[in-house]
Amino acid sequence: MAASTQPIVLLDKVRKAYRMGEFTVEALRGLDLHIAPGEYLSIMGPSGCGKSTLLNVLGCLDRPTSGRYLLGGDDVSTIPDDDLSSIRGKRLGFVFQSYNLIPQLTVLENIEVPLFYQNTPEDEARTIATELASRVGLGHRLNHRPFELSGGQQQRVAIARALANNPLVLLADEATGNLDSASGREILSLFDDLHSQGKTLIMVTHDLGVGERAARLIRLRDGELESDTRR
Amino acid sequence: MIPLPSFSSRFRRTVQLGIRSLWLHRLRSLLTVLGIVFGVCSVIAMLAIGEGASYEAQQQIKNLGSQNILLKSVKPAEEEKVSNRQQNNFALEYGLKQDDIRRIRDTIPGIELVVPARVIRDYVWNITHRVDAEIVGTLPNHPATRNQSVAQGRFFNDLEMDAASPVCVLGHDVALKLFPAEEALGRDVRVGLNYYRVIGIMEPRARSAASEASIDGPAANAALGRLYIPLETARRRFGEILSRRRGGTYEAEKVALHEITVRVSRPETVIAISEVVKDILARHHTRKDYEVVVPLELLRRAERTKQIFNLVLGSIAAISLLVGGIGIMNIMLANVTERTREIGIRRALGARRKDIITQFLVESVLLSGSGGLIGVALGIAIPFAVSALAHMKVIITPWSPIAAFTLSAMVGILFGIYPARRAAALDPVEALRHE
Ligand SMILES: Nc1ncnc2c1ncn2[C@@H]1O[C@H](COP(=O)(O)OP(=O)(O)OP(=O)(O)O)[C@@H](O)[C@H]1O
Ligand SMILES: [Mg+2]
Repeated sequence: MAASTQPIVLLDKVRKAYRMGEFTVEALRGLDLHIAPGEYLSIMGPSGCGKSTLLNVLGCLDRPTSGRYLLGGDDVSTIPDDDLSSIRGKRLGFVFQSYNLIPQLTVLENIEVPLFYQNTPEDEARTIATELASRVGLGHRLNHRPFELSGGQQQRVAIARALANNPLVLLADEATGNLDSASGREILSLFDDLHSQGKTLIMVTHDLGVGERAARLIRLRDGELESDTRR
Repeated sequence: MIPLPSFSSRFRRTVQLGIRSLWLHRLRSLLTVLGIVFGVCSVIAMLAIGEGASYEAQQQIKNLGSQNILLKSVKPAEEEKVSNRQQNNFALEYGLKQDDIRRIRDTIPGIELVVPARVIRDYVWNITHRVDAEIVGTLPNHPATRNQSVAQGRFFNDLEMDAASPVCVLGHDVALKLFPAEEALGRDVRVGLNYYRVIGIMEPRARSAASEASIDGPAANAALGRLYIPLETARRRFGEILSRRRGGTYEAEKVALHEITVRVSRPETVIAISEVVKDILARHHTRKDYEVVVPLELLRRAERTKQIFNLVLGSIAAISLLVGGIGIMNIMLANVTERTREIGIRRALGARRKDIITQFLVESVLLSGSGGLIGVALGIAIPFAVSALAHMKVIITPWSPIAAFTLSAMVGILFGIYPARRAAALDPVEALRHE
């Protein structure tokens, strides 16, 4: 893909180490990665190789121990915590394996959470959330609680929520891991749609079938890049 | 975006969210705030009842006159035993005398009035209506010493005093009891064998039996109504020696004056003059057959007692708020642990640390504030119920509910800040991984 355009994600020798008493676990060992805008990337690798750690760093939920991370051209590896929060809210969208909806809120309210933290006026937020809910096919379930929905429906709510602030990058950690294959396919076709609309997608998966839907597939092993293939 | 309205709308939504999550665990929330509810409620209620009681007491002391020094004849303790052993024919002589009045009036400057009184307890009759009352033989200026005025008719004058006229002025209660359905003025009442023409009725005055008795001491029976007659009349009709039946034997007493009211001209001198009066009396009385009551002193003592009472209440309030606050902190910590994952989700979706702090602080303030509010409501309702049921005076000072509510809201901040900060300090990744 467009190598000439400025990468939306740029990792420069990113390391992540966890201290466990006397031991340090090196989860990422000097990772370099460029992701262009609009790319559809999947990350695969054996358990414990550092996929989730990488995604957390990319998602600004965690900071690299060393190295630089440029998101949309800005160095986010050293910025204050509040700025990191606002970047998560504005530029990034998360989809988790276990949906992570807030149980006491309705579908609509869950989708509105990221808008709330960006000070979107109430009525505007309601309009956006309603529209996103129907876009993921849940226009008729607006006032349901998460526990009243199937896993696939919950994950679709999570995707709508991730899209609320129109982020640059969508991050998904085994988004289909908890779903049956039919629901999983629905989620993946949603991702395909988003990709075709120009969203940058990064997803972690264990399933080769899922991983190969992405245009680019990278493999990690022991915190290092093992392969990087494009279709 | 416009910062101000969006901020307030955001705060409102945070409050709504807080109410919802507390409502989700309503029993738990209720139990948590119960400590604050009871603390606030009992303090406000006790304060109102105490304030009412002390107001009544002060009112009664003021009735006695803050410019007055009251001297009362008291049967000396040792004589009591002697008189019990001896039989009839012996009249026990004690108490204040006409000489005391003269000495006080002649030696102490700054005295406006000295009004003596003889107080005789007897039945007062109006045909078949009977009232057990105190017959007070006194001077025409007696009402002035008690800031009391005549509601109907008039008080007796110097002429009637000198002539020892058979006239009387009824206390309000006595008039009501003797003449429940008729006009009392101009009618005659009977005491013993003598009749007295009613020429006046005193205005009513608020008093509760219990507290007045404690002020006037055992010497005076304050629950009794009074009937005023000229001192001269009393002297002639009742004589010097009073006898009364007690436990099968007659007991005779010779008491010249039962009460002397000394009214000073300047209120600030009352304490000093009372000391001089005590000196003079002590010098001329070999026995302690009198007592000196200074209403102003009683007032001061009552005020001090009230201050101590308020201090105790304040401590109870502080302790209950502390305990309530600890309860809130405890539940908020549990709340944070329980909602760790929610915190992680919110952080991932763009919540800053301070947003999380606000969210949990709002919840703890809502908890403590609603506890305070319920407490204030109950604390106001209870005194009203008490005053309706027990006919006690209660006074709710406006600052007590306001202070109680403000303090309990502050307890929410104080004890909510630690749990809220703990919530905000959670690492987003850890929080998301939390089960
Ligand atoms: N908070 C932590 N503290 C200590 N070690 C950690 C922590 N998080 C991750 N690790 C370690 O870092 C390594 C990478 O973990 P990570 O969760 O990224 O693996 P993963 O590739 O996502 O595995 P899986 O496929 O099972 O989800 C592992 O060895 C893990 O034990
Ligand atoms: Mg993982």
